Formats: sequence, structure tokens, C-alpha cells
Amino acid sequence: MADTVTPRGKRPQSRFTTNNIVLYGILGVMSIYYLLPLYVMVMTSLKDMVEIRVGNIFAPPVEVTFQPWIKAWSQACTGLNCDGLSRGFWNSVMITVPSVIISIIVASVNGYALVNWKFKGSEVFFTILIFGSFIPYQIMLYPIVIILRELGIYGTLSGLILVHTIFGMPILTLLFRNYFSSLPEELFKAARVDGAGFWGIYFQIMLPMSMPIFVVALILQITGIWNDFLFGVVFTKPEIYPMTVQLNNIVNSVQGVKEYNVNMAATMLTGLVPLIVYFVSGKLFVRGIAAGAVKG
Amino acid sequence: MSGQTRPVRVLRNLNAKIAAVPMILTTLVVFVGGTIWTVIYSFTNSKLLPKLQWVGTAQYERLWNNDLWNAAIHNLLFFGVMSMVFTIGIGFLLAVLMDQKIRFEDTFRTIMLYPFALSFIVTGLVWQWILDPGMGLQEVVRRMGWESFSFDPLHDPDTVLYGLLIAGLWQGTGFTMCLMLAGLRGIDEDIWKAARVDGIPRWKTYIFVVIPMMRPVFITTLVLVAAGIIKLYDLVVAQTNGNPGNASQMPAMYVYRYMFTAQNLGQGFAASTMMLLSVLIVLIPWAYLEFGGKKRG
Repeated sequence: MADTVTPRGKRPQSRFTTNNIVLYGILGVMSIYYLLPLYVMVMTSLKDMVEIRVGNIFAPPVEVTFQPWIKAWSQACTGLNCDGLSRGFWNSVMITVPSVIISIIVASVNGYALVNWKFKGSEVFFTILIFGSFIPYQIMLYPIVIILRELGIYGTLSGLILVHTIFGMPILTLLFRNYFSSLPEELFKAARVDGAGFWGIYFQIMLPMSMPIFVVALILQITGIWNDFLFGVVFTKPEIYPMTVQLNNIVNSVQGVKEYNVNMAATMLTGLVPLIVYFVSGKLFVRGIAAGAVKG
Repeated sequence: MSGQTRPVRVLRNLNAKIAAVPMILTTLVVFVGGTIWTVIYSFTNSKLLPKLQWVGTAQYERLWNNDLWNAAIHNLLFFGVMSMVFTIGIGFLLAVLMDQKIRFEDTFRTIMLYPFALSFIVTGLVWQWILDPGMGLQEVVRRMGWESFSFDPLHDPDTVLYGLLIAGLWQGTGFTMCLMLAGLRGIDEDIWKAARVDGIPRWKTYIFVVIPMMRPVFITTLVLVAAGIIKLYDLVVAQTNGNPGNASQMPAMYVYRYMFTAQNLGQGFAASTMMLLSVLIVLIPWAYLEFGGKKRG
């Protein structure tokens, strides 16, 4: 099919039909709605407070200043701590990296077992797992607090990492199960004939063949865990609050004069990691969320 | 490659079972166990610590007599209905527009979907700023000469939910559009050809042929949106924190308050059980439609 000739040059029909004007008009207006907050965030974060008070929220800065970004990163206060969002950033890194790795390992092995090594009851557990992802987290919060306390990891990073691994499991397992079941079964059978065992097949055949789905899982988990707020609030202490929680505490704190430019710089900083993941990953992001949303 | 050692059956199953231990623990202990635990303790008068002192349905009576809870439920219903109607409506409309073989489709998709990558906290805070009455959108329009222009949804109990809606739709409609677009692209080209041969206008084909055919996509989207709305928490905490008054309180915030700050666990458990119940009301008919009748391999 690669040699199909695609038409070159302009399309035959006029581009300025009423239909097209309405079509691109609506898309254009909607695009403004979607782009506006990002634009306002960036513009506000580059102005000083004097300019914000007298100026227009939509106007670009007359004099660009990076002071708000510096202040948001290293001086903004939450409670008595005035060491900026950098603390929350590093906390989020320490939460996200292990959570992402552990949850993906656990879920991929899980999905593999569900597809190729079915055992009695495995489908039942999987069904409960998927239904479990719809249960409001609120109903499981307190039992998890008790479990973490019994394990001695309540309020620690390890506790939160465990929680992310647990709640990442339904979507990731679904993702990996669907992907592994789309691989030809003959591969698996051939490997077994050749004497490969559970882990041998996983590491030598499944893993190398599934890199795309691992990337999808990576995208899904990095954005999901980075953006988490509820688990961060419930299962950690203020010193190890993730970035989202610290951001909310900085911006919505009632003390002092509101520094909108610093607030927007802080908001932008918090949104930067998922935004970079989004723009770098492109279509894989779409695939990830679609896979997470609709059963395959 | 020497193929002499065939895997021993028991060992093979053992390995798979060991690999599935995290899943088994998660489902049994956390999902099933945790849910049952909370439901059981919602019938006790646990305060600071959970204890099995039965009080029957007293927590639920107290819950439904509590103004804050009733306000939260009322807000959730209103926000939920509005949000579902607009999410589906805008999502479908955008998907149809995107499906007209337009130029720059990828660019438009990137623009519409990027808010979905951002957290509700970021969403709530940036819209709080744009809707700020003193310096945001309202002030800009006023300075342009329309002195009496008033658009301050976040500080009026009657309109605060619309303010949340603007932010919520901004974050989520791109995702709905993607789901709907996938649904549209899944429709057989022959349908379109047949409609064209019969001389049926495009818009009529959409309404009478395509939408009925996309019923599963609509239902799945509705269930996803509904399940998300019931859990709604971060967005409200960031954008309004339940204010003004209790006009934007949500059930999830009520649960958090009673479980972790007001030290009235029984109330928190009863409220979260009600949240579970509302999810089940959405989920069970869907699961019945989706899985009932047909066998899945």
C-alpha cells in the first residue's frame, strides 16, 4: 500500500465554503478555550506584581521577569517552611519513580500470568480487580490507613508507594493483559516446548516484544501518580507531601498578600512534568488513556 | 536449545500463583476486605478510633439530617448532570468536527487533550485565577469599556458550580472527544456510502444512524464520567474549597472531613458507603448491559 499515490497540491473544492468556515470557526474558538489557561499561566508568571495589578490578565508582560519562578521554586512558604516548591518536587520524584517502576513490574507479570498461565480463579480475581477500580477510593482509605499502620509504614514514602502500586494495578493489569493476549500464542508454546519456564518466557520473549505497551504504561503512571492529590494528603506527612499538595497549600494559604505571579509560576512548575510527558509522548498518550478507559 | 526438561505442572501453576499474589492480596484484602470493613463499621459509633459498638442505622440518619451532607449531595447531582450533558455533548460535537477530514487534525487534538494531562489541582488553581473578579476575565472586560459586566461565578452560591464546570470541562472534554472519535472511526465506511446513495444528508445520518450505532461508546463514556464525578475532590479543593458557604461542597470532601479532621469515623464510613452505593447504582445496570447475556472469552 505504500506506493499509493497521494494527491498533491491544493484540494479541488474551495476552502472557503460556509461549512468550512463554521467547522474551523468552532474548532478555533474551542482551541482558544483550551489554550487560554496555559497562556494566562505563563504570562502571569512572567510579570511582576505591579504589572499584574494595573495590567490585563491576557496581556503579555511588558517587562519579562523570572523572579516569580525563582521564588516559587526556592522561597515560597507553606506553613513555617519557606524553602519553596523544590521540596514538593523532589518528594514527588521520590514518590513517582519507585511507584511507577514497582507498579509496572507487578502489573506486567500479573497480566502475563493472567493470559498465559491461567489458574483456577484467576479470571475471578481479575474481574474483582476491574470492578475495584470503580469503587470510590474513600471507602478504602481508612482500612488502608490501618494496614499501613500495622506494617509500620503509615505516613512514609514506602506507604504511599504501596498505595500507588495497589491502585495502579487494575488499569495496568488490564493494559498488559490485553496486550499479551494479542501476541501470537505460538510464540509462547514454542518457548515452552524449548523448555523455557515462567520467568524465562517473561524475560526473554514477552518483555522484549512488549516495549510499546511498557511505554504506554509508563506515560499513564507518571502522569497519574504525579497528579495525585488525595493519596498524598491522606497517607503522607507534611514533610513529604507531594508537589500537588504543597502547591495547593502555597496558593490557597490564607496568610499574607497573594502573589499571583508566584502562584502561577508554582502551578506551571507542577504542571510541567505531565506536560512534558504529554508533548514528548504524542500519540502514545492517547493510546494510553484510551487503553485505560475502554476495555480492549 | 535443549528441550528435555518439560515444566512440571505443579511448579508451573505455583509460579503463576506467586506472580499473582499481589493481585490476589489487592483484590481480597484491599478491595473486598476494605470495602466490607468500612460498610460494617458504618453501623458503629466509632469516633476517634474504630470500635465495634453497634448503633444500627444511626450514622445514616445523622448523615441524611446533616445540612452539609445534603448540600453536598445536591451539589453533586447538579454538577454531575450538567457535567455529563456537556461532556458528552461537547465531546461528541468535537469528535464529529474532527472527523470531517480536516487539516491539522493532530494539532487540534494536541490542543484539546493537553489539559487532560494536567492535575485537577493545576486546573482548579488556574481557573480560580482566570475567574478572579478583581483581576481576571471580569476586570478585563470592564476595562475594555463594558463597566457593568459581571462574571464572578466563584463567589456566588448560585453560580459557583458553573465555575467548577468551566474548569472541569476544560480538563475532561478532550478525553471524551478522543473516545468519541475512536467510536466514529470504528463505524463502517459502507454505512456512509449507503447513506450517500440514498441521498440522506450528513447531519441526518449522524443523528439517526451513527449515534444509535455508537450507543456502547456513549454508555462507556457516561459510566466513566459518572464514576469520576462521584469521586470529585481535588478540583473543588483547589478551586473553591467548598465555598462560598457550602455551595460547592462535595460528598468526597465530607468523607475526608469526618474521617481525618473531625475525628468522627462512623460518619465518614457512612458517607463513604453512600458514595459506594451511588457508584453501584451507575455500575450495575452498565455491567448488566455490557456483560449480561453474552459470554466473554
